[in-house]
Amino acid sequence: MPEAPPPTIFERSVAGRRAGRLPGLDVPEAALDSLIPPELLRAEPPGLPEVSEPELVRHFTALSRRNFGVDNGFYPLGSCTMKHNPRINERAAALPGFRGLHPLQRPERAQGALRLMHELGSWLGEIAGLDAATLQPAAGAQGELTGLLLARAYHEERGEGARRTRVLIPDSAHGTNPASVTMAGYETVKVKGGEDGGVDLEDLRAKLDESVVCLMLTNPSTLGLFERDIVEIARLVHEVGGLLYYDGANLNAVMGISRPGDMGFDIVHFNLHKSFSTPHGGGGPGSGPVAVRAELEPYLPRPVVARDGDRYLLDDDRPRSIGKVRSFYGNVGMAVRAYAYIRTHGADGLREVSETAVLNANYLLARLRTLFTVPFDRLCMHECVLSARDLKRRTGVRALDVAKRLLDFGVHPPTVYFPLVVDEAIMIEPTETETLDTLDTFVAAMAQVVAEAEEDPERVTQAPWTTPVRRLDDARAVKRPVLRQPAGEAVGVGA
Amino acid sequence: MADETYPDDLRYHSEHDWVRSLGGGEALFGITWYAQDALGEIVYYEPPAVGASLTKDASYGELESVKAVSDVIAPAGGEVLEVNARVSDTPELVNEDPYGDGWLVRVRLSDPGEVDALMDADAYRSYLAGL
Amino acid sequence: MSTEAGAASGYLSITPDERARMLEAIGVPSIEALFRDVPEEVRLRRPLDLPPPMGEVELADHMAALAALNTDQDSELSFLGFGMYPHYVPAAVDALISRGEFMTAYTPYQPELSQGTLQAIFEFQTSICELTGMDVANASTYDGATAAAEGVLMACAQTGRTRALVPDAVHPEIRAVLATYVSGRDVELVPVPMVNGLTDPGAVEALLDADVACVLLQHPNALGLLEAAPRIGAACESAGAHLVASVDPLSLGILAPPSAYGAQIAAGEGQPLGNPASYGGPTFGFLACRTEYLRRMPGRLAGETVDVDGRRGFVLAFQTREQHIRREKATSNICTNHALNALAGVIYLSWLGKAGITEIGRLLVSRARYLRDRLALVPGVSIPFPGAHFKEIVVRLPEPAADLQAALQQDGINPGHPLGAHYPGMDDHIAIAVTERHPRAALDRLAQALEARYA
Repeated sequence: MPEAPPPTIFERSVAGRRAGRLPGLDVPEAALDSLIPPELLRAEPPGLPEVSEPELVRHFTALSRRNFGVDNGFYPLGSCTMKHNPRINERAAALPGFRGLHPLQRPERAQGALRLMHELGSWLGEIAGLDAATLQPAAGAQGELTGLLLARAYHEERGEGARRTRVLIPDSAHGTNPASVTMAGYETVKVKGGEDGGVDLEDLRAKLDESVVCLMLTNPSTLGLFERDIVEIARLVHEVGGLLYYDGANLNAVMGISRPGDMGFDIVHFNLHKSFSTPHGGGGPGSGPVAVRAELEPYLPRPVVARDGDRYLLDDDRPRSIGKVRSFYGNVGMAVRAYAYIRTHGADGLREVSETAVLNANYLLARLRTLFTVPFDRLCMHECVLSARDLKRRTGVRALDVAKRLLDFGVHPPTVYFPLVVDEAIMIEPTETETLDTLDTFVAAMAQVVAEAEEDPERVTQAPWTTPVRRLDDARAVKRPVLRQPAGEAVGVGA
Repeated sequence: MADETYPDDLRYHSEHDWVRSLGGGEALFGITWYAQDALGEIVYYEPPAVGASLTKDASYGELESVKAVSDVIAPAGGEVLEVNARVSDTPELVNEDPYGDGWLVRVRLSDPGEVDALMDADAYRSYLAGL
Repeated sequence: MSTEAGAASGYLSITPDERARMLEAIGVPSIEALFRDVPEEVRLRRPLDLPPPMGEVELADHMAALAALNTDQDSELSFLGFGMYPHYVPAAVDALISRGEFMTAYTPYQPELSQGTLQAIFEFQTSICELTGMDVANASTYDGATAAAEGVLMACAQTGRTRALVPDAVHPEIRAVLATYVSGRDVELVPVPMVNGLTDPGAVEALLDADVACVLLQHPNALGLLEAAPRIGAACESAGAHLVASVDPLSLGILAPPSAYGAQIAAGEGQPLGNPASYGGPTFGFLACRTEYLRRMPGRLAGETVDVDGRRGFVLAFQTREQHIRREKATSNICTNHALNALAGVIYLSWLGKAGITEIGRLLVSRARYLRDRLALVPGVSIPFPGAHFKEIVVRLPEPAADLQAALQQDGINPGHPLGAHYPGMDDHIAIAVTERHPRAALDRLAQALEARYA
């Protein structure tokens, strides 16, 4: 029986307790209303929790025990690249020289950080097969927005800004792609997928004209399949003056094997929290650097880290820049981790990362293909997409139920119901860091879930059974929203 | 949750919307059992404004479940005379009674002939079987 | 073509023998064969041009050597602020956010395995609502600048109006990001001039009309000064415009919350709450609003519910607003936010507590006032803006501020941030930030350095 849910930190609160002790007032004391106009003062203090440090540590430790990370077990969440997060990278980012470095420190006293950013930018350019990079975007979605704004600046300088308004996106794309298109003020036009899981060239041709800003593509696609027609696709898009945008969500499949720039892409965003092992943190921080061809370099967000002999500097004199997408220079702390990761691997190591990621995914595909439907019968890249369509027809057990039952096996489930183009999709990305034993254990768990679905479907449809909480009422959370601890209960209840 | 039915007195649109003719050029619109089942428990209804004009085959509102948003497609053109306020307050009525209390809008049809051109229940049932 | 398995790092776990067995199970002869879908013409037939690999031992030294080329906030007496502040990060914060269960988890889409993250987000949302007086807070944004930009976009969408008033006294980083965020939208940003370092309320009143969606007010503003927030809030209300307040969370123990002066949306930079500066990031932004804005809120929201056995639990709520469901109609493209930084934020706020948030506000404003009074007595130094401040002050020097900075850094003091690059005519102005880590002796040391220089 799972343990009772812990109280919230507000319910643990007892008036008069505190954890932090601040320095005493060591300057002359003045009445607050002599320092601040009374109409700007707060009447009542905010109802923050009142807890001692032991309670504080126990509370958040208790919460952590109700969480599951890569450190806890297998996490084959498709499209998310949940690989091991090396601890040396954490230590590097925590070095005082990085952690405690103020963004407005004079560049001559931030040479280590600037050198790191400059080198990482050039390495990302090399990995992408492109000429220049910015580290400023805070996450993949911001990288997308940045890339779209770069494309607009490019078209505008060619006098084509007004007529280019449409962005083509395959129907299997991540939701961030169309959402970023809207943020950039453009219209999303969907391109259908073909029978082999790639872009339908006929549909692409029909939608390509001189109103196209760019085609946004993930390669391998969100189906885990390499786009075999990529060269032809690039030719077609460029023929009408459009650009080709690479969503780097799936870069983990091709590092050192095939470069987006060589495929014909003009703009690439990376997810440092996927390909380059920075921790996902329960939903961030990420980091979404963008690499581009030389023609697009003048538009990169300002400032750009530049090199002048042995010196590194921040070049803010960038009149053609799209501006800034976030404050200062991006998530430099994540860049430090990604830098350490690439430095650990070198060229052969990165290639081996991708080879192993693809090996592991194909191994799972080979072992699981008899249990589920395989919508596209090809070798996969770093992830494979199965369908529970036939299982559902036979037993009534859906992809969601399979996912929930896996929780009882100490495995984080794969992504389900994405990509949208596959009915009852189950998307599995094992990553390169797992052992063969782990993969085999996962296959055995999947086999057992399928067997249960046939023999005792309720065992699956009612799962999970052993997690800290069982299936939660999502609808209630919307119909009767409780998005904060009610103020009346905020302090002193349940202590 | 209601059982799967497709009443014979309604007309059906391929986007899983129904029309109930009320006579006098008025009609009720709603979504079919199939549509509400596909959406799951409905938690929110974004209705059109009263007086809004609806275009056949175009979206006139949104229904949300927890994990999906669905445009509601007008099976015929017309003007919105009334929005079902009970569904705004209690959106799960669409799941519980899709052809009764779960209606979405009352409309003055711009061309009642559009309704006659829609599928009848038998045609819609065979259409569903082919999906 | 392939390298020896495990040759490059200890992060891979497949042995050569296992690899052979796996290839056999797949039914392909080699690793190379797995990539047969990759056309030859796009294959990279050379190694990437990257530096050779390093083992952990060499890497540790290499990273330490790079870090040593930076002067961090503890290697000098630093008064740098202007958007990021060297506040103290409690040891408990670092210890707790380093737990692998938090750090190595993904976004809590599987709530049964993510109750820790979800409950922490719920507690974070509650804390931000308590600080700001708003009804709803999201799970965080990337930073204070993107939070403010999202807030302005929300106000434009909600009011159906297309202009936003953006005072010059709003931090230049926020203004720059906002300008980028609206560049593809039908939104016009209208600057509001400064008088004495403050947003001119008369100018705001004159510019407010039926096309103005909102005023973005930073309070305290970029120069550390307290704005006429109640007057500007009232002006917004009578014009039917909304107020988006960008606030320093550490000021909200003593300063009136945005709800008190009529803001519909509150945004801010969360770095002061338990997050190191990290050369600008990652930190987090927070975004909170009144209930009527709930469906326009970007980003993740955690909500309370129950499981099938009736136990309390938490889920991501109102996901239909978000990009993975609503796609091109989503409220924003944000997906990954800054969850781990926001976790640090809620742990910090719980460490500080109800008494601490007020105490720290008093301490900061008192120390800043002491320093301002002290520096005003230094010959040649003046106080250009007489208004009330919070934790950062601006002083005017008898020389370019950059010269003072370069000179004092030789003696281990970084006196603050020269403002000339941001505000024309302010080459001799410097922004000096004070924190709980600047005891009176540190403030005196800065004052003495200026006295010595200008004697």
